[in-house]
Amino acid sequence: MGLLKFAGGRVFDPEHGVDGVVQDIFVRDGRIVAAPGSDADIAQEIDCRGRIVMSGAIDMHTHIGGGKVNIARSMLPEDHRGDPLPRTPLTRSSCGYCAPGTLAAGYRYAEMGYTACFEPAVLPVNARQAHMEMGDTPIVDKGGYVMLGSDDFLLRMLAARQDQRAINDYVAWTINAAQAIGVKVVNPGGISAFKFNQRYLDLDEAHRYYQVTPRHILKVLAQAVHDLGVPHPLHVHASNLGLPGNVDTTLATMQAVEGLPLHLTHIQFHSYGAEGDRKFSSGAAQIAEAINANQNITADVGQIMFGQTVTASGDNMTQHRNSGLASPKKFVVMDIECDAGCGVVPFRYRDKNFVNALQWAIGLEIFLLVNDPWRIFLTTDHPNGAPFTSYPHLIKLLMDKSYRKAMLATINPDAAAMSTLGSIDREYSMYEIATMTRAAPARLLGLKDRGHLAPGAAADIVVYRDDKDVEEMFARPQYVFKDGKLVAQDGEIVAVSWGNTHVVRPEYDASIEKQLKPYFDLFHSMRLENFGISDDELCECGHGSKAMPHACRNGRVR
Amino acid sequence: MENVTCPFCGLACDDLQVDVAAGMPVPVANACATSREAYRRLAPVPGLTARVGGTPVLLDVAVARAAQILGHAINPLFGGFATDLSGARRIVQLADRCGAVIDHMNSTAKLRNLLTVQDAGWITATLAEVKNRADLVVLLGTDAVSRFPRFFERFVWNEESMFDLDPRSREIVYVGQGLDMRAGCAPDGRAPTSIPCRVDEIGEALGAMRSLLAGLAPQAQVVAGVPLPQWAELLEKLRNSSYGVIVWAAPDFDFPHAELTVQTLSALIKDLNRTTRVCGLPLGGSDGDFTANGVLMWQTGLPFRSSFATGIPVYEPHLNSTQRLLDSGEADALLWVSAFNPNRVPPRTELPTIVLAPPGANFEREPDVFIAVGTPGVDHAGHYTRTDKVVALPLRKLREIGLPSVEAVAASIEASLQQAAN
Ligand code: SF4
Ligand SMILES: [Zn+2]
Repeated sequence: MGLLKFAGGRVFDPEHGVDGVVQDIFVRDGRIVAAPGSDADIAQEIDCRGRIVMSGAIDMHTHIGGGKVNIARSMLPEDHRGDPLPRTPLTRSSCGYCAPGTLAAGYRYAEMGYTACFEPAVLPVNARQAHMEMGDTPIVDKGGYVMLGSDDFLLRMLAARQDQRAINDYVAWTINAAQAIGVKVVNPGGISAFKFNQRYLDLDEAHRYYQVTPRHILKVLAQAVHDLGVPHPLHVHASNLGLPGNVDTTLATMQAVEGLPLHLTHIQFHSYGAEGDRKFSSGAAQIAEAINANQNITADVGQIMFGQTVTASGDNMTQHRNSGLASPKKFVVMDIECDAGCGVVPFRYRDKNFVNALQWAIGLEIFLLVNDPWRIFLTTDHPNGAPFTSYPHLIKLLMDKSYRKAMLATINPDAAAMSTLGSIDREYSMYEIATMTRAAPARLLGLKDRGHLAPGAAADIVVYRDDKDVEEMFARPQYVFKDGKLVAQDGEIVAVSWGNTHVVRPEYDASIEKQLKPYFDLFHSMRLENFGISDDELCECGHGSKAMPHACRNGRVR
Repeated sequence: MENVTCPFCGLACDDLQVDVAAGMPVPVANACATSREAYRRLAPVPGLTARVGGTPVLLDVAVARAAQILGHAINPLFGGFATDLSGARRIVQLADRCGAVIDHMNSTAKLRNLLTVQDAGWITATLAEVKNRADLVVLLGTDAVSRFPRFFERFVWNEESMFDLDPRSREIVYVGQGLDMRAGCAPDGRAPTSIPCRVDEIGEALGAMRSLLAGLAPQAQVVAGVPLPQWAELLEKLRNSSYGVIVWAAPDFDFPHAELTVQTLSALIKDLNRTTRVCGLPLGGSDGDFTANGVLMWQTGLPFRSSFATGIPVYEPHLNSTQRLLDSGEADALLWVSAFNPNRVPPRTELPTIVLAPPGANFEREPDVFIAVGTPGVDHAGHYTRTDKVVALPLRKLREIGLPSVEAVAASIEASLQQAAN
């Protein structure tokens, strides 16, 4: 392949401190290369003058594949009827707004300049299917966080007081078996507790059967992820999601890991106070203050947007508790394989509803009150807060305070009155947006060759028109390149590729299988030998997807 | 070979030991009679690869003829759809290109559950949960084992559970008629409870239990032919169980509007979960039906009985049934895929028909094109999604007799169509 030159664009590359500097970028064989000599043969020049250039965006928390997503799809034919994606000579037909088909999801992400998406809730036992669905998501790269913390194997280890080393081996074994890039814990212990008919599980409350607390589970898993050198900190969906007053649980969760790195996901749903006439208030200021003060903490927001969506979560306990709020009135809750669970509840967020309006404001408050764009991430927890297609609108809310204040004036007035949003004047800069959607997620996940534009990086490059309307700008970039190939132009797909799968492969002592083998033989419904996903299988499940291993902190790539 | 996955019912047992030495896989341990028979009927047919109009031809010739039929069709119907992951991916892609309707051979039964998921949702568990937690197993209108032979062996009468439950102490209740209840006898000989009632009246009984649970005693003293106190007693068992499981199999709910029975069941289970834990266990997934339909669902956002005729997927569960499209004459060609079972041949039709099935398939009317394909998990590797739609098992290749996969054949047909278009 010849040399590509992206000429004269204003480049935003926060990983290297480049803030809107006019620079040329050169690409050869899908990678960014150093500027060649002036006599170099340029095969193609992309005129970027007057344009904004960034690396491809990375969605570090989006439910794009796996059992619960497919349940959501099957529950919502009405969602799909309303949002068809016609077949073209180049692209396949698909449909769906809040729970789109994988084909629609991949095309739409690429059209918006996203080049990598991470599925945050891969159940170990459902990992094959998650990779199948991710594999059928075109163009973007994928990766998954494997879910632990309510699996009976781990809970039995904790109840038996096995040492941290053994737990580390089990965690590493699971990451390898599931071909994952991180570890997530959802309502620690709570998914299992629900199977024992517990309906709440507070941070220091004991699981009815195992007598283990969420705090203990968090501590042990955060330690394991840290000890194994997995770059992405433990990804935590904290206890008490959605409950008024849960801000205290969330603050206590931050402290529970005693300084270890921790990522709190969709933190908006965990930032609620219990003040005011309606016993529901914003805890955003406390949460932001805590994030600002604790360098070990990162968070993604899980912003809600008004309109129809569907919530799909591993947290069967919470989803069952909230099933009465379903709109339309239907829900699925599942207990899964002594491994995990799930709950799918369609939901419509209404701007005139006090609680929903305040949720919207709380998310924005968190974005604006956390100072460090390297530690707060732009998500709607697709589709739980809103579909990912609302990102351009969300970016506009962050970058344009007058627009934001105009929107605030339209929501439930009591909620608006209780929020401090109207008094916050911060506007995100282009550099900060590039940080939170590119450089920071790449760094947080340990993707050394993504999220930046220096030589050696993969040529995932997005060229935006410098539009006055940032929503329009981020919705339809002029050019999107994936691994050096033009895949989308002005919001249309122009070439289809299939992306690969980012993984980490922490080392472990294989003797852990001596414990796993009898567990599988006695209690499981499948053979240990058929559990792990080999590279060949990943390729087969993943539509030709190749594993792209990233180094753990001990340095080795396996 | 050890730890082989059996693809011949929705349980997808992956503990089979199969002797492959003689070139023909013979299960030697852990296979049930259904499975042994299924392997047997895949015996090779000498010399056969494909036929056009009943005459043996080379694969290329059959593929070209199939492409020609599909190329000329305005409303092709893709039925059967019994294949593995890779096969389904290709078939869906081909359907999109051809503007076809996709339906599955099991869809009439599947729809009973799907309509419930779309209208109400439900609360369910998976097999390992049942194996370790269920202290009460209620079977509605099914004995499980007629369709899923190893259900009791693997998930009910297992030796040990993880929790304070001796699996042999589980309570088993059958509701229905003509059920084979032998498997429900506990290892110590304890007989199961039986409530004989017509399967199409189970819905009524579930409704009565819902009203009893809500504290509204029904006036009828006999419901579904059974004295009300018996239903009250079953309800008490469910309320007092620590983890009750209600099993049904959609194919056994074979009566009009059975989705209403499934809906009432879903509602009863939801009601019970206000205070205790009770889960449904819908058994299904045979003939690769969750595998192939899973692919269709996640790629396009829509299930079986969707049409690609207008360039977008459109789901019409009643209009797009195989039988209706054939009877009404709306379809003008049929592509039928049955990769697991040579006996599942298409319904009789005069339409131009292409069949992809194992070599032993027998037809009342010879299809215009027959292409012998391999069975996933026998002739080639693949993936199979189990009854709970959670666990996808790897299928292994057990022999080589030169049969192409559905994936390969569908890809060749598409390439041939592409060539014709250029
Ligand atoms: S029960 Fe089903 S999957 Fe298991 S061996 Fe028999 S046919 Fe095969
Ligand atoms: Zn999430």
